[in-house]
Amino acid sequence: MNQVQRQVREALFWALCGIGLLLLCLPALAIIASLLKDSWPALSLKLLTATTNQGGLRNAITGTLLLALGVLALAGPVGIGCGIYLAEFASPGSAPWLRFFSEILAGIPSIVVGYVGYLVLVVGLHWGYSLLAGILALSVIVLPYVVKTTEVALRQVPSTLREGADALGLPRSTTLRRVLLPPALPAIVTGLVIALAFSTGETAPLLYTAGFTDQDPTLQLLHRPVGYLTAVVFTDIQLPGAQAHQLAYAAAAITLLLLIALTMAGRAISRRSRRLSERMSV
Amino acid sequence: MAAANPLPLPAPGRRAGAALRLRALMGGADLSRGDRLLRAACGMAALIPLLALVFLVVPLAISAVPSVLFSGPAFLTGQVFSFGNLYAGSPSLHHGVAAPAGAQYGALPILLGTLFTSLVALLLGVPVAVGGVVLLAELPPWFQRTASLLLELLASIPSVVYGLWGIITFGPLVAKYVYPGLAATLGRVVPFFGGAVGYGQGLLTAGLILAVMIVPIIATTTRELVRMVPVHNVEGAYALGLTPFESLRTVTLPFIRGGILAAALLGWARALGETMAVLMISGNALNVYPVNIYGPVSTMAGTIAVMLDSALTDATGLALHALAELALVLLVVTFLTNLLGRLVVRRFTSTALPIGRGI
Repeated sequence: MNQVQRQVREALFWALCGIGLLLLCLPALAIIASLLKDSWPALSLKLLTATTNQGGLRNAITGTLLLALGVLALAGPVGIGCGIYLAEFASPGSAPWLRFFSEILAGIPSIVVGYVGYLVLVVGLHWGYSLLAGILALSVIVLPYVVKTTEVALRQVPSTLREGADALGLPRSTTLRRVLLPPALPAIVTGLVIALAFSTGETAPLLYTAGFTDQDPTLQLLHRPVGYLTAVVFTDIQLPGAQAHQLAYAAAAITLLLLIALTMAGRAISRRSRRLSERMSV
Repeated sequence: MAAANPLPLPAPGRRAGAALRLRALMGGADLSRGDRLLRAACGMAALIPLLALVFLVVPLAISAVPSVLFSGPAFLTGQVFSFGNLYAGSPSLHHGVAAPAGAQYGALPILLGTLFTSLVALLLGVPVAVGGVVLLAELPPWFQRTASLLLELLASIPSVVYGLWGIITFGPLVAKYVYPGLAATLGRVVPFFGGAVGYGQGLLTAGLILAVMIVPIIATTTRELVRMVPVHNVEGAYALGLTPFESLRTVTLPFIRGGILAAALLGWARALGETMAVLMISGNALNVYPVNIYGPVSTMAGTIAVMLDSALTDATGLALHALAELALVLLVVTFLTNLLGRLVVRRFTSTALPIGRGI
């Protein structure tokens, strides 16, 4: 093969890769820009003050926040505990299995979780469409992410710190609290932020567990459906009429802005944690 | 000469071994009381994922039983998925299961719709992600950081927002500017690409959107894989006078091939289970095969989401059971794809695969 052919092939390949890279980077910008442009006219203060049947989103926004906080309170401690066990206590025999279960759980389609939530919680336990059923379904979905980030965060702490604490005769719980958790904390918080972001954006697991209502959510856990933002996007875009569509755009834009903010916050925290662990390992 | 052999210790029997293991599990001698408490609490938390799996699979399997009895293998081969007449006529008995008149649950078009949309996504997504990342690895760090931010944003955009974007912007756009051209060129050679292009809701649009959704997971994994390639091998290739592309083909690619296969399997699992976006832009046409690649289809996840409402009105309850069987099939398929991906990665590389959406 002569030199020219090689050079042509080289240029052709990297040009194709360039197109690939463009296609990797552009969609995020295109989606965010086009959605914000379309929903700009629909954004107003009324969204925050009126409920969904009056052309606002008040109940959906509070519902989404309430669900996310519930997920944080439930999946947070459980996931962090599970991650601590995997990183600090699990035997080499059991750790791969426990990790495997968590990974498999992360791969289960969200609609399946929603459907089982309906079968077991809403019908089986007679909870009805309710806040708690929604929180449980979402928690199952985000739990593996909290587990994984916690485990990785603890593993990134240099083992010299563990050995030093052991040499001083510190109990494991003290080592964890005073030595391992402080440097791992930012990364663990990043995991929680991811959990928050995913539970804000999910729809499928909530359709038949949280239900939907135009009324404001309360702290009542059972027998009372909850409205949330993503449901407004899904249902109102299918309704006829410009007003419903406007509401769907607005709900999508608010969800998107919330998620962008959470993603940025997660990145900022994890950047700090990386700097922290770099300083420690020197 | 021989000092008395020390008496061999009696080998612990199964029981003793189990007891020893249990004691080791309950708390080693080196752990204080507080430590044991902490470990017990964390250990319980560590069992929750397994518990969640059991609580997902068992009720689903139980709920699917009547449908399995009623439909048998016809569930996988039948062409018509219909809840029957829910309001008139008396239910009839088949295989001991009461069913509404005219009910039949043949999910073949739904299964194929799921398969095809996810395959389109895979065929488009994998080359784009791998090619893009391979180039990205050669670019300056600030550019890599920006690209990784954009990928992270892409991964965090909710499914329903993808769906909305597909309905109002992307679908109409490609139906107007891209599909007619595709039908006029490729459509002349391959009939499946020809014919009416519709208005942008169907197999190809769903596949395209799915491709965008699975690209982050494949790209993140590939990026990690490329980083693991030993730098000496690449330098050796350059020293031999190979061009960047040739060194990529002969050194880097063989090294990361298995990992890319695993990443593709993970992306596939995600595409199979994706619900909202596909539901909104697949056209969601039940019981039909797409006439061409632009035609409407339905998927398993989308069908469950959209038909549960009407399934609730079935007095015999069989419709719910049929959807449970559909959910079970979806669960098994995504489980196997995921499992295969993780086995492949263990076989070929030591990279940790991301989970779910690519974390």
